[in-house]
Amino acid sequence: MKKCKTLLLTGILIVFGFNSSKAQEDLLELLNAREDSVRDYTIATFKTTRLVSGHSVETNAKGVLNFMIGHRFGAVNTGWRDFWGLDNATVRLGFDYGITDQINIGIGRSSYQKTFDGTLKWKFLRQQTGYKNIPITATAVGAVYLNSTEWSNPDRDNLFSSRLAYHYALLLARKFGDAVSMQLMPTVVHRNLVPTKEDNNTIVSIGAGTSIKVTNSLRFNAEYYFIPDGQIASDIGGLKVRNSLSIGVDLETGGHVFQLHLTNSRGMTEKYLVGENTGSWGKGDIHFGFNVSRVFTLKKSKEFRNNNL
Amino acid sequence: MKKITALLLIYSCSITFTYAQKYVTRTGSISFFSEAPLENIEAYNNQVSGIVDLETGGMAFTVLMKAFIFEKALMQEHFNEKYVESHKYPKATFKGNIMDFDSFQPGSEQEEIKVSGKLTIHGITKEVTVNGTLKKDTNGNLEGKSVFNINLQDYEIKVPSAVRKNIADNIEIKVNMLYEEM
Repeated sequence: MKKCKTLLLTGILIVFGFNSSKAQEDLLELLNAREDSVRDYTIATFKTTRLVSGHSVETNAKGVLNFMIGHRFGAVNTGWRDFWGLDNATVRLGFDYGITDQINIGIGRSSYQKTFDGTLKWKFLRQQTGYKNIPITATAVGAVYLNSTEWSNPDRDNLFSSRLAYHYALLLARKFGDAVSMQLMPTVVHRNLVPTKEDNNTIVSIGAGTSIKVTNSLRFNAEYYFIPDGQIASDIGGLKVRNSLSIGVDLETGGHVFQLHLTNSRGMTEKYLVGENTGSWGKGDIHFGFNVSRVFTLKKSKEFRNNNL
Repeated sequence: MKKITALLLIYSCSITFTYAQKYVTRTGSISFFSEAPLENIEAYNNQVSGIVDLETGGMAFTVLMKAFIFEKALMQEHFNEKYVESHKYPKATFKGNIMDFDSFQPGSEQEEIKVSGKLTIHGITKEVTVNGTLKKDTNGNLEGKSVFNINLQDYEIKVPSAVRKNIADNIEIKVNMLYEEM
């Protein structure tokens, strides 16, 4: 019996001994086994902070200033005399700045209705795998707009607050694999002043967008804002308010992103896209447009500066 | 009974002996430097895992590509998205051996070593031999250092012509590891 035990023990020890010498051989596996799962954040869901005209879930990193120039030409159906719209452009200039990697502030000015805008944007959820599994990126956007055109009716008692409008949006995006990103953007636009009693001050809308990677520096984008019926009664300039639809491409070259698009919307803010767009794709109110965005790293990462390379 | 005790003793000795020969870390540093006409690019990663087996002279590293930190966030995004394609190849690895190891035990003096093995970056594996140093510090930890160069083409990392003046073909890599006894 004793012999048996000794034999058994020796056997166990030999087996164990073999195991440990075997484990020694693959050092890489040993390393992998020791590793904790890390947070693997999804990157580059979209190439820039705008899908086409509306916001994407992306924010600028801390200390990064993004300068954007947006241009929308006139409609192509205006014919040769206006050179198919090129004579007649609206412009928006804007700056976005990363206070943190997830919180951005921005200012902008559109030539349409001489409107100033201020934005606060917070990416509060990041798509990730590994340590935690979060399937989507979520960003909240709030903006205030100031229409600075002269009062159309100066004799009336005009209030400053009538110049203001707001928009709030929740952006939910997911990148599927490496190439396809989708975004949903429930959006609310509030106008302090509306033309008639029948017009809602607050318009509820749902937007959807996508970005599809074609090559490493080329992407196809689309953006649509749907406004449920019954919220807007008045025409604008004799034209019915319509849903905004834009398609475009992103071309990326180093620090620049060029976005070229075709759209039925001349404005470049959510306030315009939801409630002020009268262009119709069917009638040929198609505008060629582009955004150029250039980033400047104003503040370098502290971590980076402190690191002894 | 004596036999068992003896066996156990021998076995436990052998365990401690082999284990004492392995040194590991999860906080090693690797940095790289690209010198090009238009800009210099550097990045560092302080989460490198490494192991050295002083019994066999074996060495291994795993490097999480997304853990490289750049001066500019956009560089970091481009590095991961376009160049090393971290979504497909999340890690770079090395597995190799210290050459002429029999004649070598690290002491408190820095010793020159040559390490040869398989370096895998961007899913491509190449045989490399690099120079480095190894020494034991006063706390009994193992300090390993190396500086070597790699060619991006060897690892099929494509640089578009538009940014050829921004990114060098030849990248200098610095490795700085402090291993603790396992």
